[in-house]
Formats: sequence, structure tokens, C-alpha cells
Amino acid sequence: MIRIENLSKDYGKFRAVNSISFEVNDGEILGFLGPNGAGKSTTLKVITSYLAPTEGNVYVNNLNVIDDSMEIRDMIGYLPELNPLYHEMNVFDFLKFVSVSRGFDTKRFKKRLGEVIELCGLKGVMHKDIRELSKGYKQRVGLAQAIFHDPKILILDEPTNGLDPNQIVEIRELIKNLGKEKTVIISSHILQEIQATADRMIIINEGNIVANGTIDELMADFQGKTRLTMEIADTTKDAINDLKKEFIELNITEIGMNKENVSATLEYPNHRDYRKDIFNYAVNNKWAILEMSRHKTSLEDVFRNLTVEGGKHE
Amino acid sequence: MNKIAIIYKKELKNFFNSPVAYITLVVFLLIGGWFFTSTLFLINESDLRTLFQVIPIIYIFFIPAITMGLIAKERNDNTMEFLTTLPFDDKDIVIGKFLAALSLIGTALLFTLVHFITLTVIGTNLDVGALLSGYLGLFLVGGVYAAIGTFSSSVTNNQITAFIISFLIIFLFFMMDKILFFVPGFMTSFLQFMSIDYHLSNISRGVIDSRNLIYFGSVISFFLLISTRILEIRKWR
Ligand SMILES: Nc1ncnc2c1ncn2[C@@H]1O[C@H](COP(=O)(O)OP(=O)(O)OP(=O)(O)O)[C@@H](O)[C@H]1O
Ligand SMILES: [Mg+2]
Repeated sequence: MIRIENLSKDYGKFRAVNSISFEVNDGEILGFLGPNGAGKSTTLKVITSYLAPTEGNVYVNNLNVIDDSMEIRDMIGYLPELNPLYHEMNVFDFLKFVSVSRGFDTKRFKKRLGEVIELCGLKGVMHKDIRELSKGYKQRVGLAQAIFHDPKILILDEPTNGLDPNQIVEIRELIKNLGKEKTVIISSHILQEIQATADRMIIINEGNIVANGTIDELMADFQGKTRLTMEIADTTKDAINDLKKEFIELNITEIGMNKENVSATLEYPNHRDYRKDIFNYAVNNKWAILEMSRHKTSLEDVFRNLTVEGGKHE
Repeated sequence: MNKIAIIYKKELKNFFNSPVAYITLVVFLLIGGWFFTSTLFLINESDLRTLFQVIPIIYIFFIPAITMGLIAKERNDNTMEFLTTLPFDDKDIVIGKFLAALSLIGTALLFTLVHFITLTVIGTNLDVGALLSGYLGLFLVGGVYAAIGTFSSSVTNNQITAFIISFLIIFLFFMMDKILFFVPGFMTSFLQFMSIDYHLSNISRGVIDSRNLIYFGSVISFFLLISTRILEIRKWR
């Protein structure tokens, strides 16, 4: 189990991670989601003991990252952001280096190598220089490096970043496979990525955790709302804003002009359907509704609400 | 396998992935060859002395080139993050890399020796003792310079910057003994004690005094120690 207690990390005077706490249970795949610069990589670097916490504590199986760094490193397989590899080595030599670094003798290396080649689909590239490989294959080598010592914990920092859609699907499959009997933290700034792979997600923004739960839990929290997107002629933005006075529960989340027409996004709680009210109101004011469409709040909206819009939920 | 040995092997292999190792070895081979042919069969002590004066000058250019990438390149390529999250102590990394550079320098020195060995084999009279102690001295100086190079490579991500920094520090050490004439009296004895030449002179004469060896050991340890500290600082910065 990984336990993070009030972790803060400063770069000089800049606080990149601000007193966050969470736990990752054994066997769980945790998605660590946040926009660029949220503090995902920083947190992962502390867990893998590349960086030390400024404040707070990180425990892996009750060992402390400061005092028991070596033991913790033995338990963790880490794929850092940007997948740094020794490009001048060939795949075989690279994995051989990883294995001796992990304390494998030749016999164990040979045995494990076969498994890793199989798992990561590296057949046929073992004697190629890493620099010659496609991005997708480089990523496989990065994963192979991380799982070589069959660690209990896998930490993957944006493992599909920069891959093409086919490669993304392949790598996700690979991760799901690898994650079957491991504890995994996978970071991403793309919601679909996390949805596709994780059991639970933590959303981080500007160094703070803004949500933590299973995908269903997060959906339930935010699903209380309906959104209407509308395009209306013969009115003004101010007039639309006045809708709020008429219907207190209504919230206008976006408003803009589309040529002469006003386009607006409205939000209201599910317990009442306001479409009829709005329609009648428009008719009374001699507006012409050109378009009105309703959607349930999606997880995407939740994520946007939590992050892009400053992490406040109304 | 020992942790230091793992890093050492990786670095040594890596040297032969880039031209710098080949160039160094070829240059040293050529120097040896040149001394050999220009003094064919007539080699005497003064030739040896010239060789022992030329090699440190070659060092000033080649050791920064050999060492500049040791740490700076790994930082620049982000592989340092990969390496330091494997179960290596930062000191294993620094020492392994330093020893690899030192081995390359040692090999280059052996390349200059090839010709002398030929000479001895065909039966020319050669003061083997002077030769060996001279080479020991050169090897120790190489060690100091390689430690300076390792340190310089640890302070930056940029290999060119690392080259310039180590070039400057090595040049300073090289000149220390030669500028004594210009510095105020109270500093001369200190500078002299700090200078490489001072400690080298005994060894080159065949006198191997533990104080001189301690000097080389301390300077090397000092630079390796701060390199290690600099690697560790990344965690807290
Ligand atoms: N070495 C560093 N020195 C100074 N500031 C840094 C450093 N690394 C990261 N930061 C800053 O800390 C904040 C968090 O960075 P971090 O890399 O953890 O974000 P992230 O969530 O991983 O983002 P991304 O999705 O872009 O990878 C950012 O504002 C970043 O600019
Ligand atoms: Mg990141």
C-alpha cells in the first residue's frame, strides 16, 4: 500500500504540490489525472525517491521514502515522464543493464527476459539500437524496463503521451494486462486515458487534490445537473443573463455571440425540467429559439469543471 | 555484481559508442610513436622527461572531453531520473563513472608505453624504474583531472559548459606551480603544497612517499564527494 500524508513539494519558492494526502491500495489501478503543470510528475518523483518531500511523508508498505529509499526502489517499477532511455544501447544490452542493476544473475536474467519479451511484445527488436525504434516500441522498452524485476508496484507517468491512436490502444492493453496483479499508478492529463485503464481516479489541479473516487462515484457527485446549449435570435446577452432572475436555480456557464444570435450554455438541477419554462419565457419576450439541446453532465464536464474552471464546484 | 562495477561497465561501453575514446587512444598512440621514432634506440632520460611533460598538457584538452558527458549528458537526456531511481546510491554512480574515465586514461597511457615495451623486449637499456614511477605519476594526475572533470559534469546539463569548467579548473591546477613567482610570499608555500607538480616531482624521481599519495587521494576524493553532494541536492532543491 502507498500512503501519502500531507505531501508538499516546493521548487525554490514555487509550491508545485500542496499538502496532498491519499492512499493506493494493493492491486488497485489508480489514475492520477490533472492538466499540465498540476503536479502529477512531481508527486510521482517523490514516491520513486527521485525527489524528497518538502513537507509531509510518503510510505510504501509502511517504509518511508527518505529512510528506506533502497527497499522502496526494489518494490517499484517506474516509467518516468518522456520515457528516458539509453538511445545508444540496443534493447538487449539495455535490459541486461536493468537486470544487473536489479541484482539479477545471468540465469535469472535469461529466464525473465523471455517473459518480458513476451509480455511487452519485444520479439524481433532485441538487437536493434533503441534510437532506431518507433515511439510505440520505445514505450514498450520503457515498460519492459519498469516491470523487469516483477515489482509489486508500477508507476507510469503519462505512458501513452505522444503515441498515435493505434499505439495508444496497444499500450493501454499492455498496461491493463500488467496491472492485473500489481498496484499501479498511472498519470495522465487525458480523461479517456484514465477511464480506459483505472479503477479509481484522483484529480489534481495546481498542486491540490480536487477529487478522489471511483469513476461511478465522481459521476454521481456531479450528475445532478442538466446542461442546455442554445442558440437564440432576436435577443441580447444581457437579456439572457436576466433569465437567472426569473429562474433562481438556473446557471449560465457560457455565453457568447454567434453573428447576430446569442449562444449560451445553461445548467440546472435534474429534479426539474426547465425546458418548457425557458421556451415560454422566450416566446413572451419574442425571442426565436433556433437551437436547444440537452445533455447530461459527462465525466469530461466534471473534469473540466474541477480543473480548467479553477477547481471550484458550485 | 557490485553496484559501482555495474555503472563502471556501462560507462566504459558507452565511451566506445562515441568518438572521444577512439580519438584519445589514437592521439596517445601517436604521441608514443612520435617519441619512439624521433629518438629511436637512443632514448634517454631527457626524452622520458619531455614525454612526461607533454602528456599533462594533452590531458588539459582530452580529460575534459572524456568526462564532460559523464553526468551532464544523462541529466540533459533525463536518463539521470531513470538511473537514480534504480537501486543505486548517488555515490555508486559518481565513483563508477569516474573509474570508467580513469580506466580510459590508463589505457591511453598504456598505448604510449607500447613502444617502450618493444624497446625493452629487443634489449635496449632502459631505466624501467624511472619509467614506471613516471607513469604512476601520470596516472595519478589523470585521476585528479578526471575527478575534476566528473565534478564539472555534475554542475550542469550542458556538455560544452562542463568542458569549459573542467578545462579552467584543470588549467588552474596545471599552472599553480608555474606562477609561484608572481604571487605574494605568504601564499607561495600554500600554493606549492596544493600544486600537483610539487607532489608529482617526488614520485617522478622514483620516491613514493605516502604524503604525496595522500595528496592525490584527497584531491580526488574531494571532487568526487562534492559531485555526489551535487547529485543529492536535486532531491531537496
Ligand atoms: N525542476 C523544476 N523546477 C522548477 N519548477 C518545476 C520543476 N519541475 C516542475 N516544475 C513546476 O511544478 C509544477 C508541477 O509540475 P509537474 O511536472 O509535476 O506537473 P505535471 O502535472 O506532471 O504536468 P504535465 O502534465 O505537464 O507533465 C509546474 O508548474 C512546473 O512548472
Ligand atoms: Mg508530468
